[in-house]
Amino acid sequence: MSTLHTVNKSSFTNRALESCILICRSSDGILLLEDGVFSALKSAPNATALEALNQQGIHIYALLNDVKARALEYKIAAHIQLISYDEFVSLTVNFNRVQSWY
Amino acid sequence: MIVPVMIFSINVQSPPSSQASYSAYQFCRALLRQGHNLHRVFFYQDGIYNATNLAAPPQDELDLYSEWQKLSKEHSVELVVCIAAALKRGLLNQEESIRYNKAGHNLAEGFTLGGLGQLIEAAAVSDRLITFGN
Repeated sequence: MSTLHTVNKSSFTNRALESCILICRSSDGILLLEDGVFSALKSAPNATALEALNQQGIHIYALLNDVKARALEYKIAAHIQLISYDEFVSLTVNFNRVQSWY
Repeated sequence: MIVPVMIFSINVQSPPSSQASYSAYQFCRALLRQGHNLHRVFFYQDGIYNATNLAAPPQDELDLYSEWQKLSKEHSVELVVCIAAALKRGLLNQEESIRYNKAGHNLAEGFTLGGLGQLIEAAAVSDRLITFGN
């Protein structure tokens, strides 16, 4: 059973992503949205942990709309995939369930 | 690849002033665009503020209140508001305003008051229940 974790808080100001990373398993994925996209920055507090998860095969996504709205397009870590709302819906179909962290 | 058609329900726990409510709305639009079914949007906790008909947002801001109503009309989506969360925040329909002897009622057209059972039912009959909170 796979879980898509969505995180809408920035790791600069909130520990939701840290909690999420602690229980994230190998078949899971993480989607950063709203202020959560700040966690996709190379300089974000959990950047190393996210990259380590990615190397274990956990895909990390960020919602393109929210990345663009904050002008972060060219500043996010290379391993993070930018996705649209349509792709967000597809992810929720492809994973067995969704856990929202906020 | 064939994409299976799924039944979704959405749980909105954030007020319209937070981005999470707009995210929920955009997610609803996207899933309907892809041909999935939207069984119910359940407004819980501060999410109930999405259902007031007394808000008058400024012209240069999105009128999310009307957008929910349009969504419901266009796709026959049930918009259910938690009755306990609504009453304690001053959101009433006509029936409740009479029951509690209040001066008026402000539940917008297209929304209905319901119990938490309707959130549980939504979880039971839907393939996916997605929560948007703040």
